[in-house]
Amino acid sequence: MKKLDRKQMAARVARDIPEGAYVNLGIGLPTMVADFLPKGREIILHSENGILGVGPKPAPGMEDEDLMNAGKEPVTLLTGGAYFHHADSFAMIRGRHLDFAILGAFQVSVAGDLANWHTGGADAIPAVGGAMDLAVGAKKVLVMMEHLTKNGESKIVERCTYPLTGARCVDRIYTDLAVIDVKPDGLHVVDMVEGLDFQELQRLSGVPLKRLASAA
Amino acid sequence: MINKFVASPEAALADVPDGATVMIHGFGNAGMPSALINALIAQGARELTIVNNNAGNADTGLAALIAAKRVRKILCSFPRQADSWHFDKAYRAGEIELELVPQGTLAERIRAAGAGIGAFFTPTAYGTKLAEGKETRRIGERDYVLEYPIHADYALIKADRADRWGNLTYRMSARNFGPIMAAAAKISVVQVSETVELGELDPEHVVTPGIFVKRVVRVAAPVRKAA
Repeated sequence: MKKLDRKQMAARVARDIPEGAYVNLGIGLPTMVADFLPKGREIILHSENGILGVGPKPAPGMEDEDLMNAGKEPVTLLTGGAYFHHADSFAMIRGRHLDFAILGAFQVSVAGDLANWHTGGADAIPAVGGAMDLAVGAKKVLVMMEHLTKNGESKIVERCTYPLTGARCVDRIYTDLAVIDVKPDGLHVVDMVEGLDFQELQRLSGVPLKRLASAA
Repeated sequence: MINKFVASPEAALADVPDGATVMIHGFGNAGMPSALINALIAQGARELTIVNNNAGNADTGLAALIAAKRVRKILCSFPRQADSWHFDKAYRAGEIELELVPQGTLAERIRAAGAGIGAFFTPTAYGTKLAEGKETRRIGERDYVLEYPIHADYALIKADRADRWGNLTYRMSARNFGPIMAAAAKISVVQVSETVELGELDPEHVVTPGIFVKRVVRVAAPVRKAA
């Protein structure tokens, strides 16, 4: 079995984003999706701090501290892009105008509950940002995460043990092993990495999976 | 004659009392009104309640205000960052109260204050720890959480250009919280890189109309690299 590395995961997600989509990329792994969006598709990236049409990183020396993304990294603006204030930005999110939010996660439950903002640890300083707004607001919520924790436990769980970001909000999970749709009747495996068979994926996941006829 | 230009950041903030609620514009360094924050530190007001998306970065701006122990409480969405060490220290020492607010709820609570809205229902955070103890309601097919506006005594804002009526334009993503904070505060104080004559700002391009602005200070812009 060949696990996907982070770049391959980003490329796998990017492949599924269609022409014309308005997309918000979460901080960290999801931000990498921008580098793999298929050339020739017009896809408009939204940033919480008030940008539509986020472009690539500026060339060295061309950074502008007034133009950064939600991760506070310098970015550029595509021709045709726009700036707006925070309340408008979250109206786009909460008002169901974004086609996709792509978010990282600690855990996703079989019901599509998402936990990605807080470990709940007594000494942890909580920080939520726009995660809860994206979870309830985007038309489709896509999660990107490693399938297993460092200890080999499945991050797809019966019930989240970490504090929730949103309930029943995840539509699809992309991991380094598989692509899984969250549906009212359970988890449907859409795709698996080369060399992984369904029984092995089922064993590693620890929650009931259904197999789509089309899945390899 | 209306003239909202004030001679200096110090003059613009001389009347901030202890215990004031102060909104501070900016998302990271974009839009952070550093000259006004420095003037607020020098002015000496204590026991402040601060509203910002974050809780300060590195050692300047909001982080310096926290390091100077002037902040009693902060409302923000994302305090914990790689360089939020002054907040982290104050929080762990129990010296600062944190009200964590989802980013969109923070923006809408600020907007609601400026727009005269008494409260609103939002789907954000329903079923999470951040909605515990709050009133909820099912409307149609969805569940919502009741949220109240955040009013402020002062808003400290960095914009790009202003005229003497207080009309403002911003620069790129440094617009972020400026327009809604200007409306939500009793006294909004704006630092700009450039002041212009009435009529020089294209009325079609004014982002914050002067009715929301009380005081404007010109602060020389740092050398700016091309975007």
